[in-house]
Amino acid sequence: MSTESTITIGLLLPDVLGTYSDVGNATVLAQRLRWRGIPAEVRPITAAETPPTSYAVYLVGGGEDTAQQFAADWLRRHGQLRRALESTAVTLAVCAGLQILGRSMSDASGHHYPGLELLDITTAPGRRRAVGEVIATCAIPGVGSLTGFENHRGVTTLGPGSTPLGRVITGIGNGGGTEGVLTDRIIGTYLHGPVLARNPALADHILHQVTGQVLPPLELPDQAALRQTYLQRR
Amino acid sequence: MLGWRTRVAVRAGLVTAGLSRALGLGAGSMIGGRVTLALDAHALRRLAAGRRVVLVSGTNGKTTTSHLVAAAVRTAGRVAHNSGGSNMADGAVAALATAPDAEYAVLEVDELHLAAVAEALDPAVVVLLNLTRDQLDRASEVGATASTLGRALAHHPHTVVVANADDPMVVSAAKRAARSVWVAAGSSWLGDASSCPRCGHTLTFTTTEHGEPGHWECACGLARPTPDWWIEDGKACTAEMVLPLEIRLPGEVNRSNALMALAAACVLGVGPDQAAAALREVDVVAGRYAVVPRGAQQLRLLLAKNPAGWAGMLSMLDESRPLLVIINAREADGRDTSWLWDVPFERLTAPQVVASGERAADLGVRLSYAGLEHQTVADPLAALAALPAGEIDVVANYTAFHQFRRRLSRQSDHRRLDKEQPGPGTGVAG
Ligand SMILES: [Zn+2]
Repeated sequence: MSTESTITIGLLLPDVLGTYSDVGNATVLAQRLRWRGIPAEVRPITAAETPPTSYAVYLVGGGEDTAQQFAADWLRRHGQLRRALESTAVTLAVCAGLQILGRSMSDASGHHYPGLELLDITTAPGRRRAVGEVIATCAIPGVGSLTGFENHRGVTTLGPGSTPLGRVITGIGNGGGTEGVLTDRIIGTYLHGPVLARNPALADHILHQVTGQVLPPLELPDQAALRQTYLQRR
Repeated sequence: MLGWRTRVAVRAGLVTAGLSRALGLGAGSMIGGRVTLALDAHALRRLAAGRRVVLVSGTNGKTTTSHLVAAAVRTAGRVAHNSGGSNMADGAVAALATAPDAEYAVLEVDELHLAAVAEALDPAVVVLLNLTRDQLDRASEVGATASTLGRALAHHPHTVVVANADDPMVVSAAKRAARSVWVAAGSSWLGDASSCPRCGHTLTFTTTEHGEPGHWECACGLARPTPDWWIEDGKACTAEMVLPLEIRLPGEVNRSNALMALAAACVLGVGPDQAAAALREVDVVAGRYAVVPRGAQQLRLLLAKNPAGWAGMLSMLDESRPLLVIINAREADGRDTSWLWDVPFERLTAPQVVASGERAADLGVRLSYAGLEHQTVADPLAALAALPAGEIDVVANYTAFHQFRRRLSRQSDHRRLDKEQPGPGTGVAG
């Protein structure tokens, strides 16, 4: 994609899933593009509309149980969007968003419902809610340590061919020592914070995929102090 | 007459409270109440017996609104009130124990504890202001909170729920009550409320031409009830009467809080005119809105602890004043600072902004992405030195607010002492 054209970031179902500040990830991506002279816009996509399929980036956020089921149904109904997530766009899926893109989820009452099958993962409720700071080592070269705040009950099991986004150093993540999932086009994670504000290298990895460009580094005041605060813990 | 177990429990609680104060551990009412509850689980029920109880709950505005309700109800009799904002069950116990002769009790109750406290107290009135995301690491799901409240309210046929008709979460809970009074109290932030609390579908909102929140509804049938109380031309209105709504507290949000308080007082049987007049006298609420002089600066202390609180706060801020924002992330604040990204800091117009507090870096990063130039100084007192003389707005979240107040008053105590004792201390710059 050329620098002249505006990069659109689609924020999926903020009206249904936007309970965990996921709009922050969209803000981070858009600003990091603009600061480098690349026009960017954030477009919320609500449940009432037919989702556009041509955007460069899609963000799928967290949400509560009922909202999550509704969102999974909605995404399954819009097959053309599913194809875009599979083959043309880059997607960041957080928490409930991560679970929705998997094969299946089950809720606290043991009820199973299907996901979008874009990720080879299944999620079941754990015994206790995982709440707190997470530090993980990211599988993407150059990204380094990931910091984020997790708040979920899901235990996510990766299929045999799946690559985790990272290895957990502190916290729970997927359960079993891994955190999130990574494919060519999708990054799935349990990390809030928002994750891209805490981990600008991960944001720039996404933007590199989207623009095909090597982006010049950005120095934000407070960013180093923020990472130091969270990565020094425990 | 209290049973001996309760009396012993209350004594033990009061002694512990005194001890905790003496040891400098805090205001004392929290830990004191906790001991009382542990010794006698029925203390709350027995202490409240024979009193008419108003519980004030919701995510935002419960401290302010409970102060307004207490002021109004005081025109009718003595009131026990947890005025310091200790809003768990133990705070309620402490307030009741210290005012044994009060015939009324006005208790601010944390929304997660409302079901349990209502169960014990069988309140005459429950005021339900709003239910939005506050601390997700504590209250994992707003919807679950609403349905727990709904179930609790359904058990109290004599309780009148004074509820905000503009908040879908509140309505879904209050609809289950036997008796409800609906107040058009507005909703400055619908971030959690755009999907139906009952079925998860998207709610349809229609805004009036004045931009006021209007009607909302869902395909499942949940819809905004017709309000019994509303504001028109700056006055409080019902089908039968029009009352003045003159308040000293700043901001649109506090006009709504005052309307809720007025409705609650009237439901309780307080004379409407006396109640409305009493609301006019409230100016400082548990230290909030207070203007504190410090050297050549006048600090207006404001508290906002989540995106909904901030949305209301933006209308209170003076756009010509420098702004100090202090953010912590302790247990009582919620450990996750993600909520900062739902605050529309982009709309700040202050000429100078300083980010401060234990999570100053999180706030600073957020402000940068909002395009706001700012300074970052983690220590709030040191941050004041970066700001000019004159009026300054200070907005802090929960523990940051209380820490800052304590440190300000400790400093002014020291200065007073310095002045009393001859010596070099008097020259210290403020
Ligand atoms: Zn509905």
